[in-house]
Amino acid sequence: MAEKLPKTDVVIVGMGWAGSIIAAELGKEGLKVVGLERGKERGLKDYYVVHDELRYAIRYELMQDLSKESLTFRNNQKERALPMRQLGSFLLGEGSGGSGVHWNGQSFRFLPYDFEIRSKTIEKYGESKIKGLQIQDWGITYDELEPYFDKYEKVAGISGEEAHFGPERSNPYPTPPMKETPLTKRFKDATNSLGMHPYHMPSANLSEPYENMYGAKIANCQYCAFCERFGCEYGAKADPTVAVIPYAKETGNVDIRNFANVTEIIHEGGKATGVKFVDVLTKEEFIQPADTVVLTSYVMNNTKLLLHSKIGKAYNPENGTGVIGKNYCYQILPGSTGFFEEERFNTFMGAGALGATIDDYNGDNFDHSDLNFIHGGSISINQSGKRPIGSNTVPSGTPNWGAEFKAQSIKYFTRSLNIGTQGASMPVQHNFMDLDPTYKDAYGLPLLRLTYDFTEQDKELYNYIGKIADQIMLEMGADKVNERSNLESYDIVPYQTTHNTGGVIMGAEPETSAVNNFLQMWDAENVFVVGASAFAHNGGYNPTATVGALAFRAAEGILKYSKEGGMLA
Amino acid sequence: MAEQHSEKKMSRRRFIRNSGYVAGGLVGGGIIGGLIGANMNDEQEGTNTQGEHQGTSFLQAPLYFTNPEMFAVLVAASERIFPSDDNGPGADELGVAYYIDHSLAGSWGNNAREYMQGPFFPGSNFQGYQSPLKRHEVFDTGIKALQKVANDKHDKNFPDLEGEQQDAILTSFQNDEVELKGVTSKTFFNILRAATIEGVYADPAYGGNINMEGWKMKNYPGHQMSYYDKIESDEFMEIEPQALHSYTK
Ligand SMILES: Cc1cc2nc3c(=O)[nH]c(=O)nc-3n(C[C@H](O)[C@H](O)[C@H](O)COP(=O)(O)OP(=O)(O)OC[C@H]3O[C@@H](n4cnc5c(N)ncnc54)[C@H](O)[C@@H]3O)c2cc1C
Ligand code: SF4
Repeated sequence: MAEKLPKTDVVIVGMGWAGSIIAAELGKEGLKVVGLERGKERGLKDYYVVHDELRYAIRYELMQDLSKESLTFRNNQKERALPMRQLGSFLLGEGSGGSGVHWNGQSFRFLPYDFEIRSKTIEKYGESKIKGLQIQDWGITYDELEPYFDKYEKVAGISGEEAHFGPERSNPYPTPPMKETPLTKRFKDATNSLGMHPYHMPSANLSEPYENMYGAKIANCQYCAFCERFGCEYGAKADPTVAVIPYAKETGNVDIRNFANVTEIIHEGGKATGVKFVDVLTKEEFIQPADTVVLTSYVMNNTKLLLHSKIGKAYNPENGTGVIGKNYCYQILPGSTGFFEEERFNTFMGAGALGATIDDYNGDNFDHSDLNFIHGGSISINQSGKRPIGSNTVPSGTPNWGAEFKAQSIKYFTRSLNIGTQGASMPVQHNFMDLDPTYKDAYGLPLLRLTYDFTEQDKELYNYIGKIADQIMLEMGADKVNERSNLESYDIVPYQTTHNTGGVIMGAEPETSAVNNFLQMWDAENVFVVGASAFAHNGGYNPTATVGALAFRAAEGILKYSKEGGMLA
Repeated sequence: MAEQHSEKKMSRRRFIRNSGYVAGGLVGGGIIGGLIGANMNDEQEGTNTQGEHQGTSFLQAPLYFTNPEMFAVLVAASERIFPSDDNGPGADELGVAYYIDHSLAGSWGNNAREYMQGPFFPGSNFQGYQSPLKRHEVFDTGIKALQKVANDKHDKNFPDLEGEQQDAILTSFQNDEVELKGVTSKTFFNILRAATIEGVYADPAYGGNINMEGWKMKNYPGHQMSYYDKIESDEFMEIEPQALHSYTK
């Protein structure tokens, strides 16, 4: 029998960026909060001896322990879904701070176009343009979300500068952009000469020391090149364990319990009464009663916990009805690799979000009348610091082992550069998540089942954006660029990006969305579901600034709900 | 020092390669650390007194392999994947086989943080690793098969073949032309390839990348606390590498 704990005002599931922000904001206002996090407690003092590529970047020390829980995957409904037995395509977070500990810190606001993608696309190109795409407006506009973006950027201290295509901002970035390096300069010179509009990538690796509104001190970045997949031993990367959690605890109202894996949302008569969790060390079961339940357990588990607990209507891929598990999206990432015979670069130096970007081919910043796709992507050079196990770039046609591989991979370690892109991903009826009928996690719950493949829209976008990336690379002076293979089936093995979205999407109507624009569930008014799970499609940027903004929005909603009750929108 | 170092390793390799001699009973029955150590100790000590990094040599002992013939196959196969050349040492001299051996003995070799529950099905090309075997079992199976193919085809042990013959066998594994039980030869090859590269470039604390020689070839400075003062420079920089060891020393 599960032990019943004393009731609390709010229980939060998952202590990443979203959960931490909500905990701090509610704690500040005097609500009693219990934060349940399945992984370890961690903080600055735990990032010692962290410059170990094998342990952190290759063996995923800070990420989800799949022996306890994974998901299953298939490309389409005709296939048998099989477990993702090893991490690969994306790297799920676990432990205090979630993925916010080992992220890069590239911090873009989604475009105004993203939030109203359906209306704006139809308005400009007509209904036929969106045929086959399950896109919908988000139920909130950029202007409405702007104040929350502003708050998020102030918590993280984001270092950045105005961008040509950047949406309106109420305030400048809290700190100036990161350093200009020979690589960012070269990208900017090349794109400028091509008539594009480069700017410094907005970064959560801070350019100068900063103190946020919670009193957290974030140091300035050392450009140490062990950023993505690592914790920052300097406290220079905005990370919930540095920027938010200590303050949340200081309010005296937030109690964070680690090693607490939530297995079910308990509900009755259309309202949640609390959650059930397992202590992953002792295996004891507990029930945490609460007035309000907040899910911030990332895309996968937000979806899984709702499906398993039977809250909200499960999505049906046969006819596109239902909402939980709907509109899973990813990202389309055509890159360009350039080889330089005469020059060597300090490619081994860098920081996760050190870079330069153009948005000339993002969103609807360019005309799509004659194109067979909508949206686009950001194109960037990102000097995050090459590491020797992960980076063995060789010209196309080189074998991947043996003498020639050795010689070329050594030669080009400092003589090749990459341009990365983040192409938007549009939802379609048959890309979705549900529960797997066969495989279980360590607590007996079904694994989440992901059914996903790339679409024609994705392939068109991939080719178009990829060619532009090549053009920039050649303009940067590369002697040659690698051939890019076509975008075929989605493969869960090679790392692509941890920018998964959808499953519990937001919107203006209960028929087509799971949560309203306060992230409150249409079908259970005291359940709030926050994260990239709320994205109705995925944009051409990293997600976290938008997740952070939604977390502030949700916190405001929860506070309001705690006073007034009822549906907020 | 580098030369002495490689001489020492060469002679040790020759010793291991002569596996018939070992298995013939000269020091039969001992663990391989003893096997190698017994005859090589004098030579090793000699090198040590001339400045060989003490800590490094202590790492050069098998913690997983129990059979010297199989270990010799691993040494030879990884050397073909990352051979010694004008750029510098190959997998053998860099201690890659020890790196792999140590990894097989630990959580990676036992797939400790991976989803290993059944049922098991082969899966498509896009669904990733689906073998019920743990990595150490994959290596047991794969290494044995490399030896068997060498025996069947050339009537010799894998380590005794010419480089091209070894490459041809490895290629047939990579192309999935060899039937193994519980795992495909391609999967085995891919893990072997990845592990070899890890052994070349992982921190020397893991047993490979001896003396940071892997990093030096790539002009990789290893662990540096900061590039704050360097990152804006137009100059290409060659920086003396540092290992994790420097955190604690
Ligand atoms: C390598 C890497 C680089 C990245 N770089 C960038 C970048 O540059 N820019 C950017 O914008 N984004 C980046 N991201 C993505 C970014 O990290 C995430 O968008 C963000 O951290 C998500 O925050 P979250 O709070 O929604 O979820 P998470 O950080 O995933 O937090 C969810 C938490 O919930 C916990 N949890 C899950 N299930 C349960 C359960 N059942 N019970 C209890 N607890 C549970 C998890 O352990 C986890 O701690 C990167 C991600 C990775 C992996
Ligand atoms: S690059 Fe900067 S922010 Fe990233 S880990 Fe190093 S010091 Fe920290």
